[in-house]
Amino acid sequence: MTTQRTSGRRKQAMAAAAVVAALLTTAACGGGNGDEGSKDGAAGFDAANNKVAQASLAKKGGTLKFAGAQDADSWDTTRGYYGFMWNFSRYYSRQLVTSKTEPGKAGTELTPDLATGLAKISDDGKTYQYTLRDGVTWEDGKPITSKDIKYGIERVWAQDVLSGGPVYLKDVLDPKGEYQGPYKDKSADKLGLKAIETPDDRTIVFKLPKANSDFEEMLALTSASPVRQDQDTKSKYGLHPFSSGPYKFQSYNPGKDLTLVRNTQWKQASDPIRKAYPDKITIKFFSNANDMDARLIAGDYDLDINQTGMSPQGRTTALKQHKGNLDNPVSGYIRYAVFPQTVKPFDNIECRKAVIYGADHVSLQTARGGPVAGGDIGTNMLPPAVPGAEGQKYDPYELAGANKKGNAAKAKEALKACGKPNGFKTTIAVRNNKPSEVATAESLQASLKKVGITADIDQYDGSQSTGIIGSPSNVKKKGYGIIIMGWGPDFPSVQGYGLPLWDSSYILESGNNNFAMIKDKAIDGLFDKYVTTLDDAGKTKIATEINHKVMEGGYYLPFVFEKFINWRSSRLANVYTTDAYSGMYDFVNLGLKSAK
Amino acid sequence: MLAYLIRRLFAAVVMLAVIIMVVFGIFFLVPKWAGVDIAASFVGKQADPAAVEAVRQKLGLGDPIFVQVWEFFKGIFAGRTYAAGGDVTHCAAPCFGYSFRSEQAIWPVLTDRFPVTLGLALGAAVLWLLFGVAAGVLSALKRGSMWDRGAMVIALAGVSLPIYFTGLLSLAIFSYGLGWINAEYVPIEESFTGWLGGMILPWVTLAFLYAAMYARITRATMLEILGEDYIRTARAKGMREQVVIRKHAMRSTMTPILTMLGMDLGALIGGAILTETTFSLPGLGQAVLNAIKNQDLPIILGVTLITSVAVLIANLVVDVLYAVIDPRVRLA
Repeated sequence: MTTQRTSGRRKQAMAAAAVVAALLTTAACGGGNGDEGSKDGAAGFDAANNKVAQASLAKKGGTLKFAGAQDADSWDTTRGYYGFMWNFSRYYSRQLVTSKTEPGKAGTELTPDLATGLAKISDDGKTYQYTLRDGVTWEDGKPITSKDIKYGIERVWAQDVLSGGPVYLKDVLDPKGEYQGPYKDKSADKLGLKAIETPDDRTIVFKLPKANSDFEEMLALTSASPVRQDQDTKSKYGLHPFSSGPYKFQSYNPGKDLTLVRNTQWKQASDPIRKAYPDKITIKFFSNANDMDARLIAGDYDLDINQTGMSPQGRTTALKQHKGNLDNPVSGYIRYAVFPQTVKPFDNIECRKAVIYGADHVSLQTARGGPVAGGDIGTNMLPPAVPGAEGQKYDPYELAGANKKGNAAKAKEALKACGKPNGFKTTIAVRNNKPSEVATAESLQASLKKVGITADIDQYDGSQSTGIIGSPSNVKKKGYGIIIMGWGPDFPSVQGYGLPLWDSSYILESGNNNFAMIKDKAIDGLFDKYVTTLDDAGKTKIATEINHKVMEGGYYLPFVFEKFINWRSSRLANVYTTDAYSGMYDFVNLGLKSAK
Repeated sequence: MLAYLIRRLFAAVVMLAVIIMVVFGIFFLVPKWAGVDIAASFVGKQADPAAVEAVRQKLGLGDPIFVQVWEFFKGIFAGRTYAAGGDVTHCAAPCFGYSFRSEQAIWPVLTDRFPVTLGLALGAAVLWLLFGVAAGVLSALKRGSMWDRGAMVIALAGVSLPIYFTGLLSLAIFSYGLGWINAEYVPIEESFTGWLGGMILPWVTLAFLYAAMYARITRATMLEILGEDYIRTARAKGMREQVVIRKHAMRSTMTPILTMLGMDLGALIGGAILTETTFSLPGLGQAVLNAIKNQDLPIILGVTLITSVAVLIANLVVDVLYAVIDPRVRLA
């Protein structure tokens, strides 16, 4: 019997070895080129990161194939909030102004789209006027009018029906909340919003109650797209939006697939932005991210619509065998820990500093995926693409310098100053559906233990963030002294990034994002000054000041300036990453090298 | 036989009503008692109070629970209209709810995805019955032989290895590696061969797990039955071994196999979540997984009900088949 068991084990071991060998063999069979990736036409590693790759090879025609592990929150231009949805929506929606179709930072600049030029600003930044281009049409050939744009913007007010999207325009144009939205509008034409005037079909005038220097950025958001009243299917609009761009919806099965085909009524002459290379654009949604990555690598699809980086398994294979098909852009997100001041002892800045100094920043970076897949060590709270950001040059706590492995002596010094020389106990709140966030919580827990801070980890249901960490009373009740989070800009400015995080007026009872509960008059004052400052240099200076104030308060422990590893197929041409969409590829002008 | 059938049908209908009420209670009452605002989970990133209130109004969450249950039942037979904030949505009968996330009625989602899951479950069932039962019978008949040992080692592996491992392994070898099979799902109406290619690996993977279980249970039952007096008597009377096995031993062995098959098929038709996720099959399992990720309660509720109904129907069929195999159960 003993002999037989030994024999069985040997057999099992042999079987296991065979399986491993098979896996290795097949992985090798996946084959491919070396680092350059030039044999199969790939542009090379990082060739499309902040620069245009293979622009001259783009041909008209063919089917551009996206794959995705997650569908959009909504394809309705008013309701969508996911970054990739905003990026993709440029295929079927246009705005008065939009981000330039240029790589890197240049992509964050605005350029006229439906409008003939950027806004004519008057009345101390309170009036914005635009004229529409000739020949701009809907998918049925009817002209796009200023009233369609006004109606599309008015839909933002109908939050009871069209929830989910950004509400900046509502807050800026109607801060008192007087307008009820087009579905409750008593006026005959349903265009009762007073802040927008449409004197004729080609002119639109915005009259802001209070100046806001980022207003034009808000008009570049997808939520400022035109919607035609007779085509508005209200809550069901996202299933088939009516196109104003070069492509229109052919079919959409939520969670399964989406197909766009050419909008034959769209005229290239009316659109200086979009090249509209492919004939058809498809998205297929996968439930298995590894399977999706394998199919990207196999060449069945061209790129990942979600643009959140490859899965660890796919990344490893791609880095080894297809490096020339990869880009490693900065995502625009900062991953961090934040300290709610309502939870003791984090009301004391020295206790907050103790955590900042006690943390091992290299370990936190590793937990996020390391310097390539995770990003550079974060040293402050302004993403590198936002004007006013200084990147790692501004490192007040030397997180990427002398203290990058943690500084126990300084942490203990800070603990003494906060009246807790023997350390303290706290709880780290982390979403249970984000493995790398859980890994950072564990890393932080381990390094804090060394300086006498005992941190329990509470993994909460990530889909319930709004009610759990977004509720200050719950945060206090649960004693969440450290919350692990991440944030990216809605539009590239300190307002588009930091206002909900740092301005005291954004502290909410539910859905709160000012987790640190910052009530700093200096920061509030700087934001007030920012929105009335019209010149770019002045705005940049204020953004830098705000970032410094936030870091001086010790409210945050930044982990990384996030980076991704994204895949582009060798079929793609005219491909580049843009800071306008947080380091994603700019979808709208992607082309294929062959129309087949 | 008819009386037996009526008894079973009546019990199934009562059970279905109980299941609907229990499931409804789990999804709508328990969160309420736990202080969770269901309406808030239907709203996106910006938890606008107006949006939360509108969803509450649309779902009738402010109504007494009996009214909510009644509305739900009524919707199944007469359809339902959801209205709030000037937006009216009609959900035609049979209305099993409406997803405010994807703006779709649940029933069309279920009927759209059901054929994928049914195809997966039935295809796999044919394979596992064919190979599992045959392996079990042969193992029992050749007890202690190399065949028996080999089959049981494979069966042990099949039971022990999780689907996400065998599934990924089969994809890595046959699809990504050797390129023999393009394991991407293609609807049958688009291409039969494409559909077949997309289903082979999921069928084999799923069947590997179940065949292993069926082989083990068949072997054990068969061995027990082969030791029964009536088998010995049949042999003593000079009946041919083939007839003894086929007519006497197999018939008794099939009883527990049928029970298992009924339950397994019912559960799989409710969604083979792991298999569908591994192979990105757009079936009910994938739908329910996405719904869990997105907190899309109506879809979870719909799939739960479909699973319950599938298990009920499968059990009903098994009960009827029992009565055919063994007439004694009709009197029970």
